[in-house]
Amino acid sequence: MGMEMKKRYISLYVENRIGVLAKISGLLAGKSYNMDTLTVGETEDPTVSRMTIGLTIDDITFEQVKKQLNRCVVVIKVMDFSEIPIHKKELLFIKVSGCGEKDKAEVFRIAQAFGLEVIDYDKRRVLVQCVKTESANNDMIRLFNQTFPSRIETVRGGSVAIEAISTSEQ
Amino acid sequence: MTVRTREELPRILKEAFYIARTGRPGPVVVDVPKVIQQALGPDEYPKEVNIRGYKPNESVHMGQIKKAVSMLKKAKRPLFLIGGGVNISGANAEMKELAERTGVPVITTIMGKGAIPTSHELYMGNIGIHGSYAANHAVAECDVLFSIGTRFNDRITGKIEEFAKDAKIIHIDVDAASISKNIVVDIPIVADAKLAIEKLLDEVPKLEIQAWTEQVRGWKKEHPITMENYEGLTPEKIIRYINEHFERPIITTDVGQNQLWATQYIELEGNRQFLTSGGLGTMGYGFPAAIGAKLGNPDTPVIAISGDGGMQMNIQELATAVTLELPLILVVLNNGYLGNVRQWQELFYGKRYSSTCLRYRRSCERRCQDSREACPPYTPDFVKLAESYDAYGIRISKPEELKEAFDYALSHKNAPTIIECLIEPEANVFPMVPTGNTLGDMILG
Repeated sequence: MGMEMKKRYISLYVENRIGVLAKISGLLAGKSYNMDTLTVGETEDPTVSRMTIGLTIDDITFEQVKKQLNRCVVVIKVMDFSEIPIHKKELLFIKVSGCGEKDKAEVFRIAQAFGLEVIDYDKRRVLVQCVKTESANNDMIRLFNQTFPSRIETVRGGSVAIEAISTSEQ
Repeated sequence: MTVRTREELPRILKEAFYIARTGRPGPVVVDVPKVIQQALGPDEYPKEVNIRGYKPNESVHMGQIKKAVSMLKKAKRPLFLIGGGVNISGANAEMKELAERTGVPVITTIMGKGAIPTSHELYMGNIGIHGSYAANHAVAECDVLFSIGTRFNDRITGKIEEFAKDAKIIHIDVDAASISKNIVVDIPIVADAKLAIEKLLDEVPKLEIQAWTEQVRGWKKEHPITMENYEGLTPEKIIRYINEHFERPIITTDVGQNQLWATQYIELEGNRQFLTSGGLGTMGYGFPAAIGAKLGNPDTPVIAISGDGGMQMNIQELATAVTLELPLILVVLNNGYLGNVRQWQELFYGKRYSSTCLRYRRSCERRCQDSREACPPYTPDFVKLAESYDAYGIRISKPEELKEAFDYALSHKNAPTIIECLIEPEANVFPMVPTGNTLGDMILG
């Protein structure tokens, strides 16, 4: 096992209770494991929540993270998504301000080229929605930043991931 | 867990006890808000526990056991390293059998002490920063380190890159998260110690390793742990007195030099005679632990060995012990210092004593480094302190007074007695492996 840092995803089934999110994030913070993203939401079973945690981490530490999460009483199941086919997506909003007509046309063109959705706009501003992988969303932010320097505002939700059925993006 | 409704109180209490007593046992906090404390509800206590996120391991992977045995069979210089897990799982008889069946020498962590009787011919002492020469050298020289129920914390590993560097390591632990956390091991086995040792007993042969065992035994004989170079009433003499005059007492310790000396000199036979705070090292532990031990074992002599610093951290428990009429023997090793920190300040900080002298006054000369006749009197007066709680106290300063002091304590059947032992103020705990050194690189004292 190596010390080289890799991007990995863990999917966690946890008790849907007050304080569980704080417990999990506290556990990771207490051990100085750096999370890139964490998303959480209720599942089809309202007593269970599912978290997707993204980390950039080496093999040995990653094994520890999984073991530490496993020994947590509120954690029902830990799934390592590093080596199995999955689908993963992240929601990203990009708002571009101070647009003239030419800028707006450029935003619409980018959206069309990359399969983004323009979900709102007015005279000077355009709001674009991207649903892509985390790294593709990084690319989109870079592109918008280069095209409209100092005029964009972004917010992103963190990855959610699920095991694939017959096709995957891994 | 916080109890949020009265309805869930019975279930949560049941679960709390289940979690506390199974797997790797330990405390569970249940937060019961005042509204829940006062709410009325049924007293039905669930019979079954089913926590979907908590399934303690109750089996052993036989494939891993077989691999471990095969590795052990090939070993020329095998060694058992036993931690507190063996004591917790009550596997003492099995562990002794395992050592005798294989003939492999045994060393322990301080939490593992007593896993096999300390008088056993295969027992070579504690490993770690105040461990024995034999134990620390055995780890450095062994070729298979068979460890059971230990976390490999920094008190026992010394410089981690050099720890048992010629050895293949087998590790049995009930907590998967403790395996390959600090030391990467070759054969991990997630299992309860008792269960795993029972399985091992079905498989292990006697090993032909007499030369190695003799070598370790030789180290033990050549480099015993002793305080012979100190005069008068030494912790060694006090603890040896306890060894010789009490049959299977329960000993608790505080944290600090008192604890380290106790772990070095106490003789143990059988499970759970020795209660010490080895993991977190919480000063103030020894005296309350003795109260608990006595309540659970009213017919067993219970002796708390504390320092003068730690004793005062929960001194209010004297009221509890007096109220409950508990005849505890509270041995206070009084050196007038927070001794373990003072030892570090002496050895590693140029003897610049800072906030460790308990005879210090604000008007003292700055950077005073000695304890002298002219120093202000020590506070508190432990004898008067005991008497103020309606307990008993006696102060001794010579080894000849030990008998009188312990007899005095034993004469009290329903109240605690403090035996304040005035010991050499600047006595150090040796041997010692300075932080960051390899285990073999010890200050022998």
